[in-house]
Amino acid sequence: MGSDVQPLLEIRDLAITFQTANGPVEAVRNAHLTVMPGETVAIVGESGSGKSTTALAAIGLLPSNGGVSGGQIIFDGEDITNASEKRIVELRGNSIGMVPQDPMSNLNPVWKIGFQVKETLKANGLAGANSKERVAEVLTEAGLPDAATRAKQYPHEFSGGMRQRALIAIGLACRPRLLIADEPTSALDVTVQRQILDHLDSMTTELGTAVLLITHDLGLAAERAEKLVVMYKGQVVESGPALEILRNPQHPYTQRLVNSAPSLASRRLQSQKAKDALAAAAAELGSPVEPAPVVEAGHTPSTVHAAAKHAEPQASLAKGAQAGETILEIKNLTKVFKLRGALGKSTDFKAVDDVSFSVPRGTTMAIVGESGSGKSTVAQMALSLLAPTEGSIKFDGTDVTTLKGKPLFDFRRRVQPIFQDPYGSLDPMFNIYRTIEEPLKIHKIGDTKSREKKVRELLDQVSMPASTMHRYPNELSGGQRQRIAIARALALNPDVIICDEAVSALDVLVQAQVLNLLNQLQEDLGLTYLFITHDLAVVRQIADHVTVMQKGRVVEAASTDEVFSNPKQVYTQDLLNAIPGATLLV
Amino acid sequence: MLMFTFRRFLQLIPVFFGATLLVYFLVFATPGDPIAALSGGKPMAPAVEAALRAQYNLDQPFWVQYGLYLKNLVTLNLGQTFSGQDVSAVIARAYPVTARLAIMALTFEAVFGILFGVIAGLRKGKFFDSTVLVASLVVIAVPTFVLGFVLQLVVGVKLGWARPTVSGSAPWNELILPALVLGLVSLAYVIRLTRTSVGENMNADYVRTATAKGLSRRRVVVVHILRNSLIPVVTFLGADLGSLMGGAIVTEGIFNVPGIGNLLYKAIQKGESATVVAVVGILVIVFVVANLVVDLLYAWLDPRIRYV
Amino acid sequence: MSENLTPEKDLAAAGTPAARQGKTSRHHIEHFVAPLEETPLAAIDNVDETAAPLSLWADAWRNLRRQPLFIISALLILAVLIVAIFPQWFTNIDPRIQSTCNLADSGEPARAGHSLGFTLQGCDVYARMIYGTRASLMVGVFTTLGVLILGGAMGALAGYYGGWMDAILARLGDIFFALPLILGAIVIMQLPAFRDNRSVWVVVATLVIFGWPQIARITRGAVIENRNSDYVTASKALGLSPFRALIKHVLPNSLAPIIVVASISLGTFIVAEATLSFLGIGLPQSIMSWGNDIANAQSQVRNNPGVLLWPALALSITVLSFIMLGDALRDALDPKARKR
Repeated sequence: MGSDVQPLLEIRDLAITFQTANGPVEAVRNAHLTVMPGETVAIVGESGSGKSTTALAAIGLLPSNGGVSGGQIIFDGEDITNASEKRIVELRGNSIGMVPQDPMSNLNPVWKIGFQVKETLKANGLAGANSKERVAEVLTEAGLPDAATRAKQYPHEFSGGMRQRALIAIGLACRPRLLIADEPTSALDVTVQRQILDHLDSMTTELGTAVLLITHDLGLAAERAEKLVVMYKGQVVESGPALEILRNPQHPYTQRLVNSAPSLASRRLQSQKAKDALAAAAAELGSPVEPAPVVEAGHTPSTVHAAAKHAEPQASLAKGAQAGETILEIKNLTKVFKLRGALGKSTDFKAVDDVSFSVPRGTTMAIVGESGSGKSTVAQMALSLLAPTEGSIKFDGTDVTTLKGKPLFDFRRRVQPIFQDPYGSLDPMFNIYRTIEEPLKIHKIGDTKSREKKVRELLDQVSMPASTMHRYPNELSGGQRQRIAIARALALNPDVIICDEAVSALDVLVQAQVLNLLNQLQEDLGLTYLFITHDLAVVRQIADHVTVMQKGRVVEAASTDEVFSNPKQVYTQDLLNAIPGATLLV
Repeated sequence: MLMFTFRRFLQLIPVFFGATLLVYFLVFATPGDPIAALSGGKPMAPAVEAALRAQYNLDQPFWVQYGLYLKNLVTLNLGQTFSGQDVSAVIARAYPVTARLAIMALTFEAVFGILFGVIAGLRKGKFFDSTVLVASLVVIAVPTFVLGFVLQLVVGVKLGWARPTVSGSAPWNELILPALVLGLVSLAYVIRLTRTSVGENMNADYVRTATAKGLSRRRVVVVHILRNSLIPVVTFLGADLGSLMGGAIVTEGIFNVPGIGNLLYKAIQKGESATVVAVVGILVIVFVVANLVVDLLYAWLDPRIRYV
Repeated sequence: MSENLTPEKDLAAAGTPAARQGKTSRHHIEHFVAPLEETPLAAIDNVDETAAPLSLWADAWRNLRRQPLFIISALLILAVLIVAIFPQWFTNIDPRIQSTCNLADSGEPARAGHSLGFTLQGCDVYARMIYGTRASLMVGVFTTLGVLILGGAMGALAGYYGGWMDAILARLGDIFFALPLILGAIVIMQLPAFRDNRSVWVVVATLVIFGWPQIARITRGAVIENRNSDYVTASKALGLSPFRALIKHVLPNSLAPIIVVASISLGTFIVAEATLSFLGIGLPQSIMSWGNDIANAQSQVRNNPGVLLWPALALSITVLSFIMLGDALRDALDPKARKR
């Protein structure tokens, strides 16, 4: 069936080479893929896998130092590998469209939205006499309300989601037969991401446009595409029908991806030790045991859970404290920012509104919310870096909002942060040794010799070789930097670690690795985590309790299992629904 | 935009008072007799001294003096030169010449600076780019007065293509050479700025997106690269016009252009501090206004600024 | 906070689509698996222990060493420095001694032992050029140092603490900025109190007073860029006091653009001194400097251009070296090139 249909895009044995200061680097090797008319194909891979480069080559948009060094790109039966500039310009826009990744930087800030849509139509000879109406139509199609007015605005007057809609409008304005969508939603909040992908989906289905979707998210890819192409280090390691690859991955790399994708896991991470204990306890009680539960929780017999709690190694809890005792208690926390308006008038903005929760020692509390939910402001206040407008934060029984001088200094020793951006959280001028030693030095702990010993221990704890200590942050990858940040946070033997989007910037596999590390450390050291994230999938893996925030307020708070199996609020349900691929593995 | 203009205008007020106060303070509150300062330390006729005392209200307390100085500045009541001419009349005569020279220099640096800068930026690393870059470095490194002397000597005296010095009425054609000298250093800066800016914008995401839309290379360059790259350049040119309008002391001195800079130059050489203070006071106003114009220009070019 | 112009929610077509079940193609799709030998798996995120550790500065240095622009400018600056410190190594005529000048030689062309000819006063042009290096360079170096200290401190405090401190310091900078360097210096230097007591230090002080706002602006910008970095917040959360965080983390990371601008300004300060001397209100005649020599040569340009050209050449090459150095440093320290 369908074998007589000609492929729309065919890439054969493609090789792409970049000329760099250190000689030529082959970014893509032997890549091959086929897109049939009207079909959605997703290229999945981590950063640096060559997925974007491959797609950009198809539309002749490689950076100036890169070029096709082998293979063929065939569009609609025509070999365009070495097509003239003129021919490529003809194809762009009305035959091959593009929706780029970052909505913030892909619209020209000095031109109005309408102008940028209109010039697309004009360049492809589709403007006609009533171009104004056409522009409004195209924008409306992409889901932008009030398009005629919006067309007269500049990009900075749009929110991220609206900009992405404008970019989709531009990409599809000339009805291309192929749309290259390069991570079209990864910069957006999950619920917005969901809406935009849904919209893109229905539009391309309606228009019969084939889509080449580039994404790092396996779940998202499987949900939106008929066909997956998995890339790793510049090569295609596996390709085939989306659901088949997801359920039955063959290549070890794909298996790794499927196993680590947080959107597909549905169980809190547990270390081997805890699993053994769980198994032992369950066996004692005569209940059936799932040896390594990866799929679907929530139906685990509650007896096993109870048993697991008993089996938890009490001795590992720090300072002999009881598990379950509240270590961090936040009550009626409110933060009001004054926004400077015109002529010195200022308006109040409630970033955090009457937030209360408490975190038992040795557990993980996740605060989940989208941008603007106030979750990071809560973290800042919990770290005593920002004074709350109202409310109290009790750490181990004492209110920390009013702490000053020595008591504050002591508090800092017991509560440590890990931040989101692994490129920003380490001082680029400090080598790793100085970075990890800094907290010890500030708190005047030990002498040079004992500090060096401690740094070695800490590096070992986060599975980094001791030789790393002479290196500088710019020599390490994102995941490695985040492990260094963890080591620094551990240096003072804190009770609580506040992770502000600590794994959001990392690739899936690295993210899984860091989450496992955090989990292991929690068990070994009895740490308490306050985990701030926008990603419910991650929450499932690491948290015991969840607080869902929206626009500064707490929407829902319960145990993780409760929230996932029985969300009470519409907003929580929306968030859960928006996890890509959540429903595919059932 | 109106709001923005108004706010910028408000911000200028402290700058205006601060800068005039600074000038006034430097002259009148530094050690020594202010009369001696104003006369350049030379003995002078009692009548002149009395006129100076009256002009600068030296028998009044400092703040009153300053207030009256400001009032005089704004009403262009600037006193007299030692030879008895009205300073405001002298300035009024010199200003058109300076303005003419400034406009010529600005046109020169804008046209050639942007042209060379854009070509160099689009062909980064190529021969044209390297040549222009080295030439601009040399121009920046050679002081204006050396350039002025050399060009005066070569073009004016040796080759005889232009008058080495400008005649009293300062017609356009005689101002060409001084305008070139005056614009040359800024030309180098405009080239470098344009080049960097074009280079940066070429790699911007929105330029790639514009290409992906199917626009021709030419349109991408003109509409998307050029417009964005010119924002910092136009800002620089605006600021430069301000300083050109302030008179080019050195260039006007070398070519004997009867402009505001030359006025200042002669006043310095004759030790007529009173005239210097009056002229500098006026120039501060020119700079402050020029700054405002640049800010507004910037906001007009870059829609993002207006709402900050 | 203009993000909330239109709530995203309201944009959605109403209703939640049914659970997404993925798509299946009408075409047959082959399931391809690459052979493992051709696509071997690497360990996740391991550290490459073979490369030698490299700090940012070491990295910049490695880049610089390979840049001809840097090598040339660095060698030239080194040469100028040596000439400034030990002028006697380069000429056996000491032009500071009046007797070495002989009015009989006035305006004479070059001859053996006097390779560049004589000035109007009958002094050796070459010897004056060599001995003039020191004053010109001193003005450049000390003005830059002064500007770095004054402007750097002002900019760092304004940028780091923000609020009213920033508002006041920024206005103060604007006030000084409204008076261009040369014009401001003219106002001061033409006052009798200064004109009659001119020295290297008076010129340096004058240039610092009107030159600091530029460095202050650059420093302020760089500090603002770094003050909210996560590593600064992290060290505060570790218990470091805000001021120490400024000294230990923010300033070292803000240094790159400041060094670049300082190097280029050093050149402009040398030119500024020469311009003031040209106007007759820079260094006093008793101090030998390129600016003074050029100013004195004005009257003889037409019949003896060498008197003007040689010191002008020395001046231009020195200035060029510092500007080139700044350019090379900018390329090497470019933050965009730093992140890998």
